[in-house]
Amino acid sequence: MIVFLIYAAIFVGSFFIVKFVVQQAATDYTSLKTVTFGDESAVTPNRIASVISVLTIFLLWGSFTGSSMVPGFLHAPGPFVGDATFTYTAEADGVDPDDATVTVRVFEVGTEVEDPVVEPGDGWAKNDSDNVGAWRSGLIRVDRNDEFGRDAGHKIVAVNGQPIAPGESVQTEFGRVGMSPKGTLNFEPAKGWQMEPIWLPPPEAVVSRLGEIASDGYRDSTLWEHLGYSLFRVIVGFFFGALVGIPLGYAMGLSNWFRGWFDPIVEFMRPVPPLALIPLVIIWAGIGETGKIILLFLAALWIMAIAARAGVSGVNITKVHAAYSLGASKFQIMRHVIVPNSLPEIFTGARVAMGVCWGTVVAAELVAAEKGAGMMIMVASKFQLTDIVIMGIILIGIIGFGIDILMRMAEKRLVPWKGRS
Amino acid sequence: MSGLSIEKLSMRFDLPNGTSVQALKDVSLNIAEGEIMSVLGPSGCGKTTLLNIVAGFLAPTEGQVVLNGHRVTGPDAERGMVFQQGALFEWMDVRSNVSFGPRMAGKSEAQWGENVDHLLDVVGLRDFKEKAVFELSGGMQQRVALARCLANEPDVILMDEPLGALDALTREKMQSLVLKLWKETGKTIILITHSVEEALLLGERLLVMAPRPGRIHKEYQLPFADLGVNADLREVKKHPEFAERREEILGMIWDMEEEIMGRAEAAS
Repeated sequence: MIVFLIYAAIFVGSFFIVKFVVQQAATDYTSLKTVTFGDESAVTPNRIASVISVLTIFLLWGSFTGSSMVPGFLHAPGPFVGDATFTYTAEADGVDPDDATVTVRVFEVGTEVEDPVVEPGDGWAKNDSDNVGAWRSGLIRVDRNDEFGRDAGHKIVAVNGQPIAPGESVQTEFGRVGMSPKGTLNFEPAKGWQMEPIWLPPPEAVVSRLGEIASDGYRDSTLWEHLGYSLFRVIVGFFFGALVGIPLGYAMGLSNWFRGWFDPIVEFMRPVPPLALIPLVIIWAGIGETGKIILLFLAALWIMAIAARAGVSGVNITKVHAAYSLGASKFQIMRHVIVPNSLPEIFTGARVAMGVCWGTVVAAELVAAEKGAGMMIMVASKFQLTDIVIMGIILIGIIGFGIDILMRMAEKRLVPWKGRS
Repeated sequence: MSGLSIEKLSMRFDLPNGTSVQALKDVSLNIAEGEIMSVLGPSGCGKTTLLNIVAGFLAPTEGQVVLNGHRVTGPDAERGMVFQQGALFEWMDVRSNVSFGPRMAGKSEAQWGENVDHLLDVVGLRDFKEKAVFELSGGMQQRVALARCLANEPDVILMDEPLGALDALTREKMQSLVLKLWKETGKTIILITHSVEEALLLGERLLVMAPRPGRIHKEYQLPFADLGVNADLREVKKHPEFAERREEILGMIWDMEEEIMGRAEAAS
């Protein structure tokens, strides 16, 4: 909630700052338009906003994980680390209540720790010392070193002077002191607003993990092998899907018999999510490469067939008539009119198919694989290696985005007439 | 026998709701080689159907079209077609569009190159031959379409409202171009139009068609196409007979439209 409010504040604040600080250079034609609200063509992404948006995400990530990449004053309050103290008041049979101090050393998990040394103090209740990791909690048996133990009716009645009973808790300046149903104190040091690394590691941990896995590998394969296997499966699956799907789509667009025969199959298979086929493919083909490629082939096949069919249906009949009147044969019309005319549709289909294949391969690897980006994050998550999981998600996103950019560039180069007829 | 003859052509479309539309009924005419004929009529009179049958895209329910002594059964390179718009191939540059016919016939560039470049000169697109067609204006695109049709050297050129999508000024320029090309190439041309002026200017012979059933209503022999070859078309329009004919035909089509609307009202 706090994160969301900060995010909204940065969104609104930076809007006004940018608006007043940056002089919008009125140079292009759009700037002379008086009607911009409702004119979609006048709305272009504000690049400053995009940069701030990305920086904000990293800033929030860094400040709520105590990242060393973010200056200290921007850090959200961290968990308490150091020696925490509180006092307790204990009662026992036949003696007056007595106070004693507990000193708890709160340490960063993963570092060496020793209990603080304390004087026993006077009275029958002795001072205690213990340790607990930041973001953790620990039971503290304060009665153990007291002169009257539980067999003598030892009972804690107050913490820092505030009364406490089993199931209740007292807030101290160092954290929460609770009491278990059996009467044992449970100290939970203040957590602050930062996330614990096992939930969300700081950016530098992800970066260093990336370096480590890039050089040493993970689970017997290098990072490039994992990503390369995923990409290889996508490309091979898509290639075969297109190889079968495009001619199938053309046949469906050109022949009644093909259209009638394959329409029910294509229309039935199209709404079936490829993910739903994973179990069946694993049963039939196992978890090896064959299964993955069959799955991606099936994911790409229907999309490419439908795109090619739409490409043929989209041919303006006057173009076909014109070509016939110019003496072209059926084969020439196919080669010079129908195929080029359907390329824009096929490219759109290919972009969709590549996106679906990339998503499907990651999901299939999450289910079962020996190598691959999805397998990497799945295995890492089982060991709470959140930094690997996040690194994997970022890499998967970057590759998916890269695939789309490449497809768009190819489209621009190969079908410049798209949308221009 | 050369020339085009249309013999007792009838066309009936059966509609899915069980009724049928008589698009053409007993249309007969002969067009001599080198003649330019314009066809005019209210919407629904079957003029586009007539052209599609002559082109070979539709088979008539009765009658036949005979060109150069043989019956027309399908589209062919001997009958070229110029459409209103959208018939160019966007994936080819201007020159490849124009040379499409010869290339499909398997001719080498040595055979067609000179003619294609000459045609590009004639239609004024010499400097645009490397351009993609979608970069051209509407008028330029129609000039590409004309050149493409001519490059294939058809015997008959069929034009289906070729200038209909152009603005008035471009249209006038293109009308001159059509006349110039007609005179230069000596092709037989059938041109469908909605514009009475265009029909008068571009028709040695003018056919007015009437709807329901589509039939030939009246035929004119006109001098304006010959006059227009050498004179400014605006001068031709000042000819006293031109205004007279225009009023006569406009009145005729107006009456037909009235009748159609009256019939539609009566039916409803």
